[in-house]
Amino acid sequence: MSQNFIAIDGFNFYYGQSKCLKNITLGIAPKEVTSIIGPSGCGKSTLLRCFNRMNDLIPNTRIEGTIHIDGQNIYTPDVDVVDLRRKVGMVFQRPNPFPKSIFENVAYGLRINGVKNKEFIAEKIEQGLINAGLWNEVKDRLHENALRLSGGQQQRLCVARALAIEPEVVLMDEPASALDPIATAKLEELIVELKKKYTIVIVTHNMQQAARISDITVFLMQGELIERGKTSEIFTRPTKKITEEYITGRFG
Amino acid sequence: MFRLKEKIIRTAFLINGVLVIMILAGIFLLLVLNAMPTFKEVPWKEFLTGKNWNPSSDYNPGYGIVSMIVSTFMVTLGSLVLAVPIGIGTAAYLSDVASPKVREIAKPVVEILAGIPSVVIGFLGIVMVGPFIAKMTGTYSGLNALNGSVLLAVMALPTIVSLCEDALANVPKSFQEASLALGASHWQTLVKVKLQAASSGIIAACMLGMGRAIGETMTVLMATGNAPAFPSGFLNSVRPMTSTIAIELGEVPYFTTHYHALFAVGLVLFLITFVINMIADIVLHRYESKLR
Repeated sequence: MSQNFIAIDGFNFYYGQSKCLKNITLGIAPKEVTSIIGPSGCGKSTLLRCFNRMNDLIPNTRIEGTIHIDGQNIYTPDVDVVDLRRKVGMVFQRPNPFPKSIFENVAYGLRINGVKNKEFIAEKIEQGLINAGLWNEVKDRLHENALRLSGGQQQRLCVARALAIEPEVVLMDEPASALDPIATAKLEELIVELKKKYTIVIVTHNMQQAARISDITVFLMQGELIERGKTSEIFTRPTKKITEEYITGRFG
Repeated sequence: MFRLKEKIIRTAFLINGVLVIMILAGIFLLLVLNAMPTFKEVPWKEFLTGKNWNPSSDYNPGYGIVSMIVSTFMVTLGSLVLAVPIGIGTAAYLSDVASPKVREIAKPVVEILAGIPSVVIGFLGIVMVGPFIAKMTGTYSGLNALNGSVLLAVMALPTIVSLCEDALANVPKSFQEASLALGASHWQTLVKVKLQAASSGIIAACMLGMGRAIGETMTVLMATGNAPAFPSGFLNSVRPMTSTIAIELGEVPYFTTHYHALFAVGLVLFLITFVINMIADIVLHRYESKLR
């Protein structure tokens, strides 16, 4: 196994009194797709949102343990959350483009970083949209409102938006749950393509999806990490009985 | 039996609706019919562009309402200049900075401000704002357009704060998350995403605040000094359209040109507020359909 890019060590997460991540220790390799699966409410989204500290927005939460990304502990007080989030991009469950033009959506990340050079921005936008597999569909209407795109296009636009600031990690929180099968297939193709350049962590409740696109699969249940392994092995020879029961659809 | 009941209920509501519309149409008609005779004596153009309002003069009566219109807009726009930045700032504070506890207390308090009777605000204008302005600027009384602007700003603020806060709170949380996840600070998210997404709501809020200010009578009557001359600055005493009607209509002989002219002033005021409210409504609808 290659060196871990994200290293989670003895990590606990509390919402108020309830402990919803219990002593998670896990390594995530660079330039691979890692999928986190598990029944609803098992803490998979919570874990994902710890990697870019989006959970900071929720009052009454508390953590224990450490998460290192690229060798840096992201929960020490001197960490600039803004810098962290530039390095660790995120795509959400529902497509959430801003009510601006397609162009401005992708440009947003650059503009807030103080990029003013118009040619540079245009170039980055084209690159981002090409990487997100959306360029051919939108190149003639970059200045239309992004909300007019279809759901699948909106989600790929959100991917392009995340990629435009060149993060190192891309987190995806059930990115296909609001999409139809064709849009889902396109997004999955895109994810497989993206792992050449990015470390990808994807939360999904769709086990076929995890099997299709990920290299490593992590199974969480009730806040505990049950099993982690190569996707091919988890889905054919899981070591724990409960993993087998979950992936064969006996519960969840 | 059931059908009959249904029919009765339906008719009752129909009568209700028609009645309200008829009352409103009746008021409008009354205004128009009473205003029209003015223009037999005074040409349209003179009425709308003349600066001299002196209807009770026997030798040379003047019926120009420009001074009043300018006074009204001065006081109103002055109040917006004060109220809009403060209002948006307060709304942003309530929606983005304040803790939920503070917000739960502060927002109703701001809304209660809207319930203070205008005569009380006018009173404050005379005993507090006026002397303060007089002292600061060295003018004689401090009852002037600036005073009116300050008071109307206070009166428009609750509307502006409350509706702006609603508009900001209605910006989907997903926009905020998307922005923060891209490495934007809270400030950048507020300015570049939330205020922009809420912009139509904010504009509509300001228009409604303006609608409130422009039709306000008692406060301006008490605090602006009642000088029916063409104002040359915010430290001049002014007399907006509303004050003029309120002061003169009680004393004017019925069915004289002066009497009709006051109705005509009311008609102009009505048209102005109507247009403002309509624009606010259109903007607000555009905003609602945009977020869907």
